[in-house]
Amino acid sequence: MASKQFNIKSYTGFKAITLLCLVVLYAPLVVVTIYSFNASQSLTNWEGVSLRWYADVFTGPESGKFKTAAKNSFFIAIVAATVATTIATLAATGMVRGGRFRFRTVSFGLISLPLMVPEIVLAVATLIFFNSIGFERGLLTILLAHIAFCIPFAYLPISARMQGIEDSYEQAALDLYATKRQAFTKILLPLMMPGIISGFLLAFIVSLDDFIITNFVKGAGVETLPTAIFGSVKQGIKPNIMAISTMLLSVSIVMVTISYFVSKSDNTK
Amino acid sequence: MKHLMKSGVAALALTVGANAAAAEGELVIYHWFEYIPQELLEKFTEETGINVTMDTYDSNEAMLASLKAGGIGTYDVSVPGDYMVAIMAEEGMLDSIADGELKNKGNIAPEWADPNFDPGRQSSIPYQWGSTSFAVSRDAYDGDIQTTDILFNPPAELQGRINMLDSQGEVMAMASLHMGIPQCSTDREQLKALNAMLQEAKQHWASFNSDTAKEVLVSGDAAVGQIYDGFAAKAREEGANVEYAYPTQGYIAWMDNVVLLKDAPNRENALIFMDFLLEPENIAAVTNFAQYNAGVTGTESFVDPELATQPEKNPHADAGPGVFIEVCSEEVQAVYDQIWTNLKK
Amino acid sequence: MAAGAASGGSATTDTYKEARTWLLLPAWVTLTILVLAPVIMMLIYSFLTKEFRGGVIWEFSLAAYDQFFFDRGLFGDDPPKIEWTYITIFWRSIWQAGAATLLSLLIGFPTAYFIATRSENMRPIWVFLITIPYWVNLLIRTVSMKFLLRDQGPLNDFLMSIGLIDSPLHIVNTNFAVQLGLFYSYLPFMVLPIYAAVERYNFALSEAAADLYASKWTTLRRVLLPAVKPGVFAGCILVFVPSMGSFLAPDLLGGAKNFMIGSLIEEQFKGNAGNWPFGAAASMILLTMVLIILMFSARQQAKADKAGG
Repeated sequence: MASKQFNIKSYTGFKAITLLCLVVLYAPLVVVTIYSFNASQSLTNWEGVSLRWYADVFTGPESGKFKTAAKNSFFIAIVAATVATTIATLAATGMVRGGRFRFRTVSFGLISLPLMVPEIVLAVATLIFFNSIGFERGLLTILLAHIAFCIPFAYLPISARMQGIEDSYEQAALDLYATKRQAFTKILLPLMMPGIISGFLLAFIVSLDDFIITNFVKGAGVETLPTAIFGSVKQGIKPNIMAISTMLLSVSIVMVTISYFVSKSDNTK
Repeated sequence: MKHLMKSGVAALALTVGANAAAAEGELVIYHWFEYIPQELLEKFTEETGINVTMDTYDSNEAMLASLKAGGIGTYDVSVPGDYMVAIMAEEGMLDSIADGELKNKGNIAPEWADPNFDPGRQSSIPYQWGSTSFAVSRDAYDGDIQTTDILFNPPAELQGRINMLDSQGEVMAMASLHMGIPQCSTDREQLKALNAMLQEAKQHWASFNSDTAKEVLVSGDAAVGQIYDGFAAKAREEGANVEYAYPTQGYIAWMDNVVLLKDAPNRENALIFMDFLLEPENIAAVTNFAQYNAGVTGTESFVDPELATQPEKNPHADAGPGVFIEVCSEEVQAVYDQIWTNLKK
Repeated sequence: MAAGAASGGSATTDTYKEARTWLLLPAWVTLTILVLAPVIMMLIYSFLTKEFRGGVIWEFSLAAYDQFFFDRGLFGDDPPKIEWTYITIFWRSIWQAGAATLLSLLIGFPTAYFIATRSENMRPIWVFLITIPYWVNLLIRTVSMKFLLRDQGPLNDFLMSIGLIDSPLHIVNTNFAVQLGLFYSYLPFMVLPIYAAVERYNFALSEAAADLYASKWTTLRRVLLPAVKPGVFAGCILVFVPSMGSFLAPDLLGGAKNFMIGSLIEEQFKGNAGNWPFGAAASMILLTMVLIILMFSARQQAKADKAGG
């Protein structure tokens, strides 16, 4: 890019709008983070920095509820993301390394279906489905629903990565009398790892964050963090919710950061 | 990957196993939000060793909907209001309690021992009773508030600053009182007028929300809120300068009840819990927390004496009658649903 | 969003052709049982008879769709007229989602452009900055937004303390609050596709236009914009579609006063109404609309791909 082009490329005001965009995106999060350290019971008064609301999350009257909810959330997210990533990795191999075939478009449509169906519709459909087959709602229904809608989120980065990997490595291995299975596990999978890890992390966060579908399919007394937060927040925003939000925010940021650096460490070049 | 899957399956098996093991000492409650003090549940667990899980709802109708959508068979007890007990009984969602199954049944106050919504207390015990009308911020308005006009035909100062309960039963009953027509009226002209009146009134309302009914008054986001008496008292204690009204047209009276649900997974524990709540000391703890009134005899010595003198508990001389919400027939309910949708479109 | 990735399969090979069926089987089975079957079941439910107070009776009925499209008066026996109630709700959702999309476009396009014209090292960092908030729980973001905007909230405090306004702005419980919430929820979906398109854009074209004495804004409008149109289009779809079905923003920021499609559907299953077939029918109508929009966009995309060579 020659410096001469710079003038043509830059428009006055665009930088200001970008900064405005960042302010809009971050302002609510920053405000919540700041207020989570507020010593005051009241939301509007500032009475100095304190960790009391963080302590409240772990020891306060609602701590039991949030602990169970956090356990459920992480359990569901780990299992759903693991299963979804496994399914998505196999499917991506079939789609990208399986040649041209008749049901390719249909398969792709099916895999991306959870992305195309609006979330509230998927929630209603899942509720109706479990209800019509008499499947009792509980932890398992949440888990199943999460596995389904996590698949496309895991699939997209995995297949994108696989498309970027030349098959010459596997071909070389096959030429050296490796079996297909060996070529897959010894060559393709390691090469795919960054894609698989970002797929897993995406699926994990999507599952951890889901509220609408979980709210529809959850069973008696089974709460995840988002549903527990929603239950509390509906009666007004409390400082302990801000503390939980800030902690969840940190988890999300750490996960996305890992995913970012993993996907950057390109081992095919 | 294989390893991951293995550990995933192991983890799954572990939790399923854990759930099964714990099921012996479990109780699953479906309860209104912000109603029962956490300490009381902890006391129950301490005394009985039964673990309590609680889900909350914000309206009788929401609870019914969730139970219908597969909730029956997963909860042990819930806490419906008077008219909702009748509806749930009609829907076959309640289990009956045989004579002698509740050893504290005799503690029920005589006036609540045989209510028309559950004759002979077949499936329920009294929980708390109180009233629903509305509270007005005295910072925003200093005129006469003892009229339902405040909600349905508000003075200029209050327009656009009203929060209504997001509950069909409460809004429709209040509106009927305002118009002086019977609840569940089958008269077409009256229903049409009811619809028109609500359409007119809606323009002055800011929001429909039950769970934040107290919070919007405390934060000042709303100047008028349709609200339960105890909730209004709590709003006042939390610093809102609000006055609870007993309109001359009348107000809503209610009684919440603990019911034994059909197919309760922990029926025995549910009965233990009901007995627990029939102990004057325990139910008085709920009264002190939620600031309503218990339906059990012998609670006097446990209840905070200040509660009795609260303005929210003492209707003035000109207050209209307190009426219970009635159960409408399917035909009228269809019209009510239509009016409700019109209200929210 | 989907169609682009499907056709982009450049390194498609047939190394595992024989195992293909087995590789795809888990995905087929899972998604057929957990997504396709539920949607079909929902379609069936929309043609069943409503049970009083929630649930269905297994008898064929068109009542749900009739209720959606025809107004038979308060008592259900007037001669049918067009029912405007639900059309109004759908229209409001489209309008709110449209306003949010426009807002996202106005802010998102310059942002995407700005990012795409940074140095190659800086670009990923900017993209990273834009996407982080998206990974924060939507519920938490919406609640944060409400906290920020409320009458006694930090925004009003700030504006009043610097003397810009005298009394707090009423933002919460308005349509604007819902639009703002939707905009905030899905902004990265607008920025990313536009960014990708601008990044691929060959700036020699702009330079050529400038050499021919086109002004900067003319160059933007007549040369750059047509070239990045597919990205803009994709961004609009990605913001518009989820906005239409949203439920948290109208509930928390709009005061649950004016139904949007999401809240209307939710009410049928979780709230006062308890009309399952109607909720299923409304979901089907929403789904159909979304699929039509996606098909239309896929066709546009294909056309653009062809035109672009």
